Amino acid sequence: MRITASHHRGRGLAGAFFSLILAGMTWWGTAAAGTLEEALPGLADRAFAVKQQAVQAIAATGDSRAFPILQALLAGDLYTREGADPPLVVARRTGTGWSLRDPLTRADLGEVEWEAVKKIPLNNALRTALRGGIATLTLSSPDPAVRSRAAKDLMRDPSPESVAALRVRLEQEQDAAVRTTLVLAVAVADLRVGTPEARLAAVSTLEGSLHPEARNGLTTLIANETNADVKAAAERALTAIDSRLTWNARAETLFFGLSLGSVLVLAAIGLAITFGVMGVINMAHGELMMLGAYTTYLVQQALPGWVDYSLFVAIPAAFIVSGLFGIAIERTVIRFLYGRPLETLLATFGISLILQQLVRTVISAQNVAVENPSWMSGSLHINPALALTYNRLYILAFALLVFVALLLILKRTALGLQVRAVSQNRAMARAMGVRSARVDALTFGLGAGIAGVAGVALSQLTNVGPNMGQAYIIDSFMVVVFGGVGNLWGTLIGGMTLGVANKFMEPWAGAVLAKILVLVFIILFIQKRPRGLFPQRGRAADG
Amino acid sequence: MGIVKALKGDTGGQVMLAVLLVVTLVVPVLNLAVPETSFWHVSTYTVTLLGKYLTYALLAVAVDLVWGYLGILSLGHGAFFALGGYAMGMYLMRQIGDRGVYGDPLLPDFMVFLNWKELPWFWNGFDMFWFAALMAILVPGVLAYVFGYLAFRSRVTGVYLSIITQALTYALMLAFFRNEMGFGGNNGLTDFKELLGFDLQSDGTRAGLFIASAAALALGYLACRMIVTSRLGRVAVAIRDAESRTRFIGYRVERVKVAIFAFSAMLAGVAGALYVPQVGIINPGEFSPLNSIELVIWVAVGGRATLYGAVVGALMVNYGKSTFTAMFPEAWLFALGALFVLVTLLLPRGIAGWLPARRAG
Repeated sequence: MRITASHHRGRGLAGAFFSLILAGMTWWGTAAAGTLEEALPGLADRAFAVKQQAVQAIAATGDSRAFPILQALLAGDLYTREGADPPLVVARRTGTGWSLRDPLTRADLGEVEWEAVKKIPLNNALRTALRGGIATLTLSSPDPAVRSRAAKDLMRDPSPESVAALRVRLEQEQDAAVRTTLVLAVAVADLRVGTPEARLAAVSTLEGSLHPEARNGLTTLIANETNADVKAAAERALTAIDSRLTWNARAETLFFGLSLGSVLVLAAIGLAITFGVMGVINMAHGELMMLGAYTTYLVQQALPGWVDYSLFVAIPAAFIVSGLFGIAIERTVIRFLYGRPLETLLATFGISLILQQLVRTVISAQNVAVENPSWMSGSLHINPALALTYNRLYILAFALLVFVALLLILKRTALGLQVRAVSQNRAMARAMGVRSARVDALTFGLGAGIAGVAGVALSQLTNVGPNMGQAYIIDSFMVVVFGGVGNLWGTLIGGMTLGVANKFMEPWAGAVLAKILVLVFIILFIQKRPRGLFPQRGRAADG
Repeated sequence: MGIVKALKGDTGGQVMLAVLLVVTLVVPVLNLAVPETSFWHVSTYTVTLLGKYLTYALLAVAVDLVWGYLGILSLGHGAFFALGGYAMGMYLMRQIGDRGVYGDPLLPDFMVFLNWKELPWFWNGFDMFWFAALMAILVPGVLAYVFGYLAFRSRVTGVYLSIITQALTYALMLAFFRNEMGFGGNNGLTDFKELLGFDLQSDGTRAGLFIASAAALALGYLACRMIVTSRLGRVAVAIRDAESRTRFIGYRVERVKVAIFAFSAMLAGVAGALYVPQVGIINPGEFSPLNSIELVIWVAVGGRATLYGAVVGALMVNYGKSTFTAMFPEAWLFALGALFVLVTLLLPRGIAGWLPARRAG
């Protein structure tokens, strides 16, 4: 055994030496032209330099059989064997030994025992060369996504050969998206390995590009560049990129703020109706939202396999469930407490405790899993630095839709007219024949139903659990107080302002401190304008 | 003489104070002097529990003063209570000295854990009891004064005021949850060892704290009675019933409101300072809006604008809570929720409303 091993090593060393000389003689010859069959034996060599040559040569052949061979080598599945043809094999472990395959023909070569083959060792340089080679080969793949990925791989660790390959591909490329990536890849690669003129041209190509690779490439270039012109141009380009990135970051923060604002508006708008129109402090509003979120969950449980469409069932269902709960609360408790807002506050708080415990007892004290429909996942890519997630976009649109619908109900329907009449002057409205008790019940039901619909939206963003309503009650009161009671526009603008302000403060203050600052701001704001941004005018305001 | 005048006509208060006096005299004796095997023995656990209830009762009296006599429904009194508690907690933390887990003579354990090198400036002075006691009263008082000054000056009233007091305690809760604030973050302050040199675990200290809580409740009650029977108290009731009219007659409504509001906050701070050594911990959960709103229902159950009703309500609801949560933990929130609804609907004057009508006092 020992003798065999030393014998083996001796032959290997001599072979490597010999191959190195051979390789040196045929340096460009192998790399530039030649067939896969000619290049392949280089992989079996002991010297890493020779193997690297061979990899580049194989990649340069463009042979369709080359791709799996390089991948097998990278995965550690390529082996050498002595005294048999072909000397290179793809080996897979079986229970008793190796099952072999010819790398070129893919033909089955049968099984051998453990010691018959030897793995081709890799080092980091060789792995890099392999990835480059694989990328060069995949550049000609028929799938545009694969080509795009290959171009990105090549720009990470470019060589003169890969730049050449990228340029060749760029001339043939038809797909616009892949072309963009290729242009970027050529420029980034040129930054690293091109001539000063090529680097200068690359800098101007990259100016204003938002791809992280472009920025990385320029930063590396500035650190290493000796040519003053190129360096100055690169610094200018980097400044331009950074300024565009800053604006994109601001746009993203604005989007997050509007998204938070839309949730706040959804949560507060139902409250604005009951508080503004009826003067009722509904502390159970958050729990009515929770009921809406649980309705979404139950609808999904009832319609398994229809996750994509269940929301369209859940929205009206949640409106009805929460609305009916709201009407029940109004008829059994609140109607006895009109004109005593502090008492309604306490009574509805009691109701909120009961609803929370009801959900805990009937369903579960744990959070439940509400699934997102597939059309709400993913994001809208505006540019490489800015992507807006669909679920937030849809909820933003949904909040505006609910707002407009509510505005239309209040301004264009008979119920809306009666609601406004009762809120302005209850006695006069009754004298004119408005059944104020019925209007009260329906108004409260409407506010509660909208809370339920808001709960459907929330179920797509946060955890659904018995406590979820409490997290929103203070925030939604803040929105109503800030925006002004009895004014839907105030709620919309108040909610959006608070959402955006919160998100813009978060980067430098942290999430919790930002929230505290917003609360402190409102406490101070209400000193200046005790009736909010848009106070209700007229006699109704003289509380 | 002032005391006699303050209690004149307050039958409920006289009965309550008499019962309190008897309990305060009897319970420590039954705890310390009667052997544990005896039927009459009162366990230290019960003594501490009673002491805790008495601090709650003092807190409820503070709330009733502003809600019952001034018409301000504060949903943030839990914050003043917690601030008083934190002041006491900071003193107790400093008393631990080098007996903490990390053995640092100056820094409390949580600061060593956070890798802090020196004591934050606002922890200075809390190694002295008198300073901590002063702060337990001053910090809630000053906060209430500033907050009340701003709010009452711009005539924020009614539910608006309730909502911003709730926002105040919510903001404080979020702030105290932050480790950077320097109050122990999520875990709060705990592992206390001794108070003024007395071991907090010993029966004698527990009984002493119980007596101190009873004394504080009695004094706080008397002080509130003196206020409501004074000229200031009459103006307060006038403000409660017709704020604009009182202002037009020529009273400085804001001054009255802010003075009583700040005094009430100080009482809450005292209650908090007595509460912490008995329960052995103070954490940001005490600031939660739920706590503040729950204590309003104690007052409502007992009957607002009676003061003694607040004491009765606080004791009853908390006794109910202790028994209920032990027997049917599921049902407690149902019971509490139902209490909120039923008391507001059916018992607007609370338990005190059942009692025979009082003479005008």
